[in-house]
Amino acid sequence: MIVALMFWAFAALAVAGGIAVFVVNSMARATYALAVSFVAVGAMIVLLHLDYIGVITILMMLMEMAIMAVFMVMFTGMNPALMPMDMTHHKRRSAILAAVVFALLAGAIFLIPWPARIGSPAADLTRSLGDAIMGSKMLVMLTISPMLFATIVAALVLANPRGRYDRYGDRLDRRTADGYPDPDDPIRGGIGR
Amino acid sequence: MSSPAAMAAVVLLPVGVAVLALAAASVNGAVNARAEGGAVRDGFAAPFRETARLVRQQRRTLPGADSLLWRIAGAGLGIAAVLQVVVIPFGAVWFADLPVGLVWFNAIDVLLWALWWLLGWGANSSWSLVGGYRFLAQALSYEIPLMFALTAPAIGAGSLRLLDVQAAQHSLWFVVWMPVSFLVYMASVVAFSSWGPFQTALGPDIGTGVLAELSGIDRLLVLGGRYAVLVAGAAFSVPLFLGGGSGPLLPGGIWVVVKTIAVLAGILAVRRLFPTVRPDRLAEIAWVIVVPLVLVQLAVVAVIVGVNRGAL
Repeated sequence: MIVALMFWAFAALAVAGGIAVFVVNSMARATYALAVSFVAVGAMIVLLHLDYIGVITILMMLMEMAIMAVFMVMFTGMNPALMPMDMTHHKRRSAILAAVVFALLAGAIFLIPWPARIGSPAADLTRSLGDAIMGSKMLVMLTISPMLFATIVAALVLANPRGRYDRYGDRLDRRTADGYPDPDDPIRGGIGR
Repeated sequence: MSSPAAMAAVVLLPVGVAVLALAAASVNGAVNARAEGGAVRDGFAAPFRETARLVRQQRRTLPGADSLLWRIAGAGLGIAAVLQVVVIPFGAVWFADLPVGLVWFNAIDVLLWALWWLLGWGANSSWSLVGGYRFLAQALSYEIPLMFALTAPAIGAGSLRLLDVQAAQHSLWFVVWMPVSFLVYMASVVAFSSWGPFQTALGPDIGTGVLAELSGIDRLLVLGGRYAVLVAGAAFSVPLFLGGGSGPLLPGGIWVVVKTIAVLAGILAVRRLFPTVRPDRLAEIAWVIVVPLVLVQLAVVAVIVGVNRGAL
């Protein structure tokens, strides 16, 4: 009973947070309203006894939103991110799209013939999750990981304003008189490279 | 959690964290006073005087400040500290036995990213915002080494539950065969508390950054919350690396507190040995030197656990 009540309370919080994202007029508030929504979802997952996935969802979403706030403020045009602004655009098309997607998903809940449960959950769900990832689903992970990694590297290369030719000029092996690399950096890193 | 335990968690833990935080601030004040040639007794009293002053001080807010987020973040530090401490087993006594207690700690320390940045953002002051960004830049450097450092005790115990981690150390404390993880963990605790060599977010070069516009009770909550987070980090090192409640004569719960105080004293003692590290320099140190070191530590731990079929 109490668990069911908590589940619904978190569900309401998740939806309210999602709505708040588009109602508030500041980038920071929108970002952290989204964070609240995701944390509520994470708490719901914990209530379903999927402790690891629930807590990891909370962890990842908080981290993601902290980083996203930085990028939103950094890359949003002139400086509107620091001023009150409307969080919505293309309102009519978005509303139609949202209504159609909602109708599809909600309809699916009732129309899909859900299978009955077979067997019972493992005693230690975290362990069985780890076994699945490192065992039968290893091929999937091995395929996804390099692609994700390549995406990160590619994004960094695209976003990085200064490549190695900016740092070293035409001679990439440029050295100082005492044999250390001699990049043309505005700020040097912590280990003197 | 039974209801007496729940009551104790609600009353005992916040008070305990607050008392230890005040003690840490007091000792730190004394060390500062001694270094500056003042009276040590004044140093001990400094946090009490500051508390009395801030409680009476009127709260000041700049026009355009995002007070809601600012105040949430200020109050959040202390709450985050208690949320971390609540999953720590005190010997055979515990308040909340989470099957993934280790990941819980990690999630709450990521919450600190949000809190420190929001503190910088909410004030509507450039210097505060610079401080908030400095913290995030620093967080990018310490978080990955911290996550790997936390993985070592989990591998050693074969579990994310803190009771199991504590039990796996009954013959040998993890700090003995995971020294790199322990050091990285302690440095990260200091870093997520914005303290010691990692306090550029509050640096005097940016007019005390995040703290610049804080006044009255808000400032007290942040200054106290910062020490509370430090206490929580020190307390968490006990079940992770220092054998939890194991020790002769005294009950386990007392040993956890004693070890926490010892770790805190260590942090306070070595603080002055290190210069402040700028976040932009820390990034390269953390990613090029510390991450490989922690990975080697993890490999060593994994091989030992594999060969030994369990913790040493």
